[in-house]
Amino acid sequence: MSAEVHGTQKFDATKRTQIVFSASAMALVQKLISNYPEGKEKSALIPVLHIAQAEFGGWLSPEVMDYVASVLQIKPVEVFEVASFYTMFHLKPVGKCVLEVCQTSSCWLNGAEDIVHYIEKKLGIKVGETTPDGMFTLKVAECLGSCGTAPMLQCGASYHENLTYTKVDQILDQYASEGRPRYYTDLDYTNTL
Amino acid sequence: MATTLLLKHIAVPGIKSLDVYRNMGGYASVEKALRTLTPNQVTEEVKKSGLRGRGGAGFPTGMKWGFLAKPEGVPRYLVCNADESEPGTFKDRYLMEHIPHALIEGMITSSYALGARKSYIYIRGEYFYVSRILQHAIDEAYAAGWLGENILGSGFSHDCYVQVGAGAYICGEETALLESLEGKRGNPRIKPPFPAVAGLWGCPTVVNNVETIAAVCPIITMGGEAYSKIGIGKSTGTKLISASGHINKPGVYEIELGLPVEEFIFSDAYCGGIRNGRKLKAVVAGGSSVPILPAELILKTAQGEPRLMSYESLAEGGFQTGTMLGSGGFIVMDDQTSIVKNLLTFARFYHHESCGQCSPCREGTGWMEKLISKFLTGTAHESDVDLLWDIQSKIEGKTICPLGEAAAWPVAAAIRHFKSEFLELARNKSYVEINHYKRLQPVS
Repeated sequence: MSAEVHGTQKFDATKRTQIVFSASAMALVQKLISNYPEGKEKSALIPVLHIAQAEFGGWLSPEVMDYVASVLQIKPVEVFEVASFYTMFHLKPVGKCVLEVCQTSSCWLNGAEDIVHYIEKKLGIKVGETTPDGMFTLKVAECLGSCGTAPMLQCGASYHENLTYTKVDQILDQYASEGRPRYYTDLDYTNTL
Repeated sequence: MATTLLLKHIAVPGIKSLDVYRNMGGYASVEKALRTLTPNQVTEEVKKSGLRGRGGAGFPTGMKWGFLAKPEGVPRYLVCNADESEPGTFKDRYLMEHIPHALIEGMITSSYALGARKSYIYIRGEYFYVSRILQHAIDEAYAAGWLGENILGSGFSHDCYVQVGAGAYICGEETALLESLEGKRGNPRIKPPFPAVAGLWGCPTVVNNVETIAAVCPIITMGGEAYSKIGIGKSTGTKLISASGHINKPGVYEIELGLPVEEFIFSDAYCGGIRNGRKLKAVVAGGSSVPILPAELILKTAQGEPRLMSYESLAEGGFQTGTMLGSGGFIVMDDQTSIVKNLLTFARFYHHESCGQCSPCREGTGWMEKLISKFLTGTAHESDVDLLWDIQSKIEGKTICPLGEAAAWPVAAAIRHFKSEFLELARNKSYVEINHYKRLQPVS
């Protein structure tokens, strides 16, 4: 990994040595890799990055990307070019719970902007910012395929639909007390939300 | 009585599980295909059915299958496009979430026809929880012998996998999807070669939409001929429509193609009319990229014929007075809606989602977003409408993939049918945002 990645985040060799998947995450990674023919392990990159993001603090640091590259036996730059392409990967630290409010057409028609303003006011932050306690980051998102149940927001692996101000209150309270969202890796086959 | 095929058993409790799905006649197409038909006969049935791709392009599915190259000793793949991201579209999510086995059954039957030993379902990353539902369905199918080695003793073996993406509209374009499935950035490939010749890992590949693959089940079960009699003309069969916006009953509806648009919007069996007693202003009939039409043109063609929900009828009049069925993302707007503001949400979307490979799209989508914003911030001049028209006209046809067209068409249509709204904003320099929340969620 180059010395500087994405402007502000620098590669730290000391931190790199501390990064290793937990046994359960590693098992999931191995299972994913086995989904592809031999020699095509790289195909597992996107799902593995989801696991890495859930495992290592909700974002992909240069050290984490370097580690993922070593797991899949590909070059670090191959990981970075993918991580920087897809919206769901965060390359800078974010709050524990990233609230992503859909703002495209149907959601806008149903009051998405009002929901965004309400959350801004309630949390005292603007879109793109994180609360001082590091709990919430507020973002806007492009169409999340929930147009019939607009307005909506996504947090981690959960969809919250047909939002009202009251519902937003409940959601924020719930996350504040649980301290984290539900991640991809939380969901097993019996627990599909 | 309206015909339903895909959502026929949607209300049956437990239809998500294999046992109930099977009790309701599920997996009959796999039985019929593997026991009584050759792979080519399955393809012939799909050709006879007249099924057209349900993802948006409407390309005949049987013909697409027919293009698949079959060199000796090279694996072939079926890839399901579940990267549903076209604004206004949520039908695939609904189908996969509630009747996951309809997709798995279709994957097996279709793979048998194509001679694919392995298939992949590429689902958008945001649909995390749906991918878990699919994985559970796949596990059930393995346990019951519908997947794995030597299915039904036929000698046909098949494995099916789910892969999640990570948030990129462009991965719904089939070659970008394949790139993403290979663990790369979702940059569309230059065609030819088409995926039918060199697709996943350079092998012959068919990429089909979720609804298309699910539709293969009833086609094989009832026969292509019988399926082709449902619908109207070359728009055969049924289609899932995602209805959203200012209507009383948003949701996913399965319609027989040929249903009058007016009935779809106003009948209680479907959208149930416009919310809060308002009037219909405009409709985006097939997902954000198709041209928006004002009320009078969506209900009736320019010739005064009733407009029908079919590929042909919606396209009647070309882009001058018509639109497209597209993905079936049906967004309805009432008479208080600002067409310009809605257009801004589309323009912002395409700007965000452009992969950046081709300059006309990468730069043009950004310029369009900026220009449309000017109208809403009171800084636009009347001539900016012409500038906006000029920019959109220089994107279409000049990009590797159709995202360029998808971004340009809605802008062109908004200007074509609602130019006065742009001019009014430019003259008055006063856009007032309506409080949608208060308007649409009255406190009881």
